[in-house]
Amino acid sequence: MDAIRQQFFDFDIMRQAWPMLLEGLVMTGLICLVVIPIGLLAGIGAALLSLSERRIVRWPSIAFVDLFRALPPIVLLIFVYAGLPFAGIRPSPFEAVAIAFLLNNAAYYGEIYRAGILSIGRGQSEAARSTGLGAGQTMLYVVLPQAVRNVLPDLVSNTVEVVKLTSIASVVSLAELLYQADMARSVTYNASPIVAAAGIYLVILWPLVRLVSRLERRIAA
Amino acid sequence: MTRPSTSSIAADRLVSDARAERGSILELIALHKSYGPLDVLKGIDLKVKPGEMVFLIGPSGSGKSTLLRCCNRLEEPTSGAVIVEGEDITAPSVDLNKARRRIGMVFQSFNLYPHKTALGNVTLALVKVSRLSRAAAREKAMAALADVGLADKAAAYPAELSGGQQQRVAIARALALEPKVMLFDEPTSALDPELVGDVLDVMRKVRAAGMTMLVVSHEMRFAAEAADRVVFMDGGVIVEEGPPSAVFGAPREARTQAFLSRVKH
Ligand SMILES: Nc1ncnc2c1ncn2[C@@H]1O[C@H](COP(=O)(O)OP(=O)(O)OP(=O)(O)O)[C@@H](O)[C@H]1O
Ligand SMILES: [Mg+2]
Repeated sequence: MDAIRQQFFDFDIMRQAWPMLLEGLVMTGLICLVVIPIGLLAGIGAALLSLSERRIVRWPSIAFVDLFRALPPIVLLIFVYAGLPFAGIRPSPFEAVAIAFLLNNAAYYGEIYRAGILSIGRGQSEAARSTGLGAGQTMLYVVLPQAVRNVLPDLVSNTVEVVKLTSIASVVSLAELLYQADMARSVTYNASPIVAAAGIYLVILWPLVRLVSRLERRIAA
Repeated sequence: MTRPSTSSIAADRLVSDARAERGSILELIALHKSYGPLDVLKGIDLKVKPGEMVFLIGPSGSGKSTLLRCCNRLEEPTSGAVIVEGEDITAPSVDLNKARRRIGMVFQSFNLYPHKTALGNVTLALVKVSRLSRAAAREKAMAALADVGLADKAAAYPAELSGGQQQRVAIARALALEPKVMLFDEPTSALDPELVGDVLDVMRKVRAAGMTMLVVSHEMRFAAEAADRVVFMDGGVIVEEGPPSAVFGAPREARTQAFLSRVKH
């Protein structure tokens, strides 16, 4: 029992590791701040393109979405970071993370928006068009607000996944929360920093997970 | 799918005739619509005069909705012309969004925007299409809502309104843009019987204000009382038309007689 406490819940070690963990948390927050808004926007773009009436636009977009949904994100990240230099492109770890997440998020958020847009009946856009609103205005003011509302739980849920997924940035040595925790572990020969990091993820994500449940209940009602 | 050149020339000639004649505010000329091999409209010619209320009746699948939806090009006509105030809105050069402001449409299922209040439903196009200021749009929208008797429901969301109230907001939404023609596609078919009357009252009022109206409806008694003209369609063609007293009282065509006896039970 004591051994477990020493190895996993050593509060002294956690306190020592705290500055490192905090740095990591800031980096994780920074990644999220870049990657989530861009993903939410790029997803709308991907959704609109894959719903285009023109086959020449629609098919490549659907292929794009399928590809990046099927590709494991960590493979994608390592390819961007370690593979692109063979083509003369040398992204920094942060850039590599941003690019990989852009591609992955555009595909995932895109599918969510697409389902949302398809859930809005044709009558809505017909009513809007009949009053003289253009196709873009109809999408912006009539279809998208309803579509987003319908898929809000999925958007938040995917955002939880994205926050968790930022931990893969550690494989390209970006000093985010997991990377810092693992560094602290290797310095202290103790797993407590990892446990602390897990606790931090939990504290941040638990309210979001609750929010998803509440939103789902609201939609069901 | 290309237009046959002969009928296109014929349509062009007819278009200039229509301009010269000035008698009608909405005119359909040799209107055809097909979905692949299915011919839904097989050459419709129809003139609607300013201030006229024309009822379109006919069996299910005869093409009434398609005809109406071709009038503002929610459906793209396969060939033929749609002339609104002398302008062929099927011409490639036409600004469709601008043309649609002159053609109001009311749908069977209301199609109010559920995320906007009654007022928001009416102001959207006033702000985004007519480019009115928020204040001016609001004023105009409130007047339109008052016209349909729903000024007190301006802040209500569609889900908080009865079907009849929703349909009246939808009518206000179209009216606020000051269209030249209003199209109604079975505006009361989705309503509980006790709510039909309110919507018909609003339509009477719109008509009394001089609006040109093209109405698809199964409300035969309303048609008999309010219509200037009844047009009976079957199989994608106009079979018979005339004042309601003639079409309802003494239909000439066998198909009209059969249809009317069926709807009257
Ligand atoms: N988008 C479409 N694709 C293929 N066929 C269509 C389409 N829209 C309508 N049709 C067909 O066109 C015909 C006419 O339809 P329309 O809706 O105009 O009839 P209607 O007279 O309004 O009938 P109802 O009284 O039932 O509303 C029907 O046979 C219908 O199946
Ligand atoms: Mg119909």
